[in-house]
Amino acid sequence: MFFYIIKRVLQIIPVIIGVTLILFLLMYVIPEDPAQLILQKGATEEALQNLRVKMGIDKPLYVQYWRYMKQLAEGDLGTSYRYRRSVNSILADHYPNSIKLALAAILIEIIIGLIAGIISAVKKYSFWDILVTVSTTLAVCIPVFWLGMIMQVIFGLKLGWLPMSGMGDGSLVYYILPAVTLASVSTAFVARMTRSSMLEVMSNDYITTAYAKGLSNFKVIVKHALKNALIPVVTLIGLDLGALMGGAILTETVFSWPGVGRTIYLAILQRDAPVVIGGTLVLVLIFVFLNLIVDIIYAWLDPRIRYEKKEVNV
Amino acid sequence: MENISEIDELTTEKKYLRSSLYKDAWRRLRRNKLAMLGLAIVIILILIALLAPLIAPYDPIARIKKDSSLPPSKAYFFGTDLLGRDIFSRVIYGSRISIEVGIVAVGISVVIGLFFGALSGYFGGVSDAVIMRIADIFFAFPYILGAIAIMTVLGPGIVNIFIAIGILGWASFARIFRSSILSIKNKEYIEAARALGANNYRIITKHIFPNSMAPIIVFATMNVGVAIIVEAALSFLGLGVQPPTPSWGKMLAESLDYIDIAPWMMLFPGLAIVITVLGFVLLGDGLRDAFDPKLK
Repeated sequence: MFFYIIKRVLQIIPVIIGVTLILFLLMYVIPEDPAQLILQKGATEEALQNLRVKMGIDKPLYVQYWRYMKQLAEGDLGTSYRYRRSVNSILADHYPNSIKLALAAILIEIIIGLIAGIISAVKKYSFWDILVTVSTTLAVCIPVFWLGMIMQVIFGLKLGWLPMSGMGDGSLVYYILPAVTLASVSTAFVARMTRSSMLEVMSNDYITTAYAKGLSNFKVIVKHALKNALIPVVTLIGLDLGALMGGAILTETVFSWPGVGRTIYLAILQRDAPVVIGGTLVLVLIFVFLNLIVDIIYAWLDPRIRYEKKEVNV
Repeated sequence: MENISEIDELTTEKKYLRSSLYKDAWRRLRRNKLAMLGLAIVIILILIALLAPLIAPYDPIARIKKDSSLPPSKAYFFGTDLLGRDIFSRVIYGSRISIEVGIVAVGISVVIGLFFGALSGYFGGVSDAVIMRIADIFFAFPYILGAIAIMTVLGPGIVNIFIAIGILGWASFARIFRSSILSIKNKEYIEAARALGANNYRIITKHIFPNSMAPIIVFATMNVGVAIIVEAALSFLGLGVQPPTPSWGKMLAESLDYIDIAPWMMLFPGLAIVITVLGFVLLGDGLRDAFDPKLK
């Protein structure tokens, strides 16, 4: 087990190096001069040159990359070109908003996704099952930003029940529309997976035995079937937190949500490389870290994974 | 001489088996109503895209000033936008961008993915380790963020969308192809081909390739839908196709400020995206069931 964890942790390192390298290259080839960005128009060539030397951007790419990685090892993500603030503090302002939104979305995913999936499996081929199947298929096909716009029109504009955008005073009503929008696709996946996992478990012999013992339908489903059926669903939800934060860019743009996705998007448009690289890196780290935890829990539950040959690891 | 006739026999045998796999799949697909609906949607869309100039009643970029922001009517089925352009004609022409992006971008992903997947699965060893670690990097990257970053560097435009979406999608295809290769490369018929003196190139193209295409076809079909949504998202964010070319995502972006006065501007392009993606998803689902009835 110990060696498995060490092996999995070591596998993360090339991913992080690769991601920083790709981001660094992408931001480096943008034909725009950071010194020009900072000093705005009208700066003398001398002032520009001084700043370039001071920032070290007159050096070749590999020197800059090495410097960035050294800085990164100390936990410093650099300074924004636009705001003259440290990237760490900019991200610290926006990350909590995104995490809160992602957690709200996950809550919706768990409640609606699980219930829909269970009903659909237990009442197979009923009206509810068909309803769930149709709506989960549709949910995957609807672009999230369009769904967001439609809900804005219906619930914000026509009915006036919910605020259309922004975070306001941070009260719960502001979360509803963006969280539902963000959760739409994942909820569909959770419902589908719960359904198929339940159906598989329900066909096992021990379920028949449980019924034969005379247990009630409710007891069999909740105590016997659900517990085993939930394992793959929990994995899906665990991995989704990272994916939700990365996928929040569109939702955050439509709803003007002051989160990290929107911050990174604006930084890309403004060519603010340190914010782009730093923000994305933290997203990737969260994603990779959650992946690691899920894998370790799995290996702990199922010893075969720890000893598996590479061939099986697809 | 005997050897050659043996090879001939083997290859004809193979051809027979292969065509029956696809024939069986087609038979099962035809019985699946939802899959047929998906196929119908896809075919109709391709026809609309090809015949756009014949179907669209107006020029999609012509502005008719006096008729700006009209609701749907007999003259303008889907209404007009703020510049007085016919939304129905723009939605019709918009299908061209979506279909093009879906097919070309996924095509690029498939080609790159098959190449690296073959390298990784068939040869194993160092090339496998390196390629799979690079694939891990692509998996860890938030998809839409990656697409935005690449579009920022390359600049807007349809060719750059092909490249951005194509590059980002290769890793899944490489993994799928790699795992199918791993599952069949030690089968007896591959060994037999090798014993008969077939080289690596021949084994991959003639034996492994045809026998591992099913999952690639299924995943590619579904991915066309994903690519269409990503294109819409990029155009929505202003990084995709540039005006005045009609693209569904761009039309939605233009409608954002007029949600309250002209809601039909956002309704029809959005519906077009949903129906298109639905077509590819249904077809993909159906193909999966058709190729592997056990999965259902």
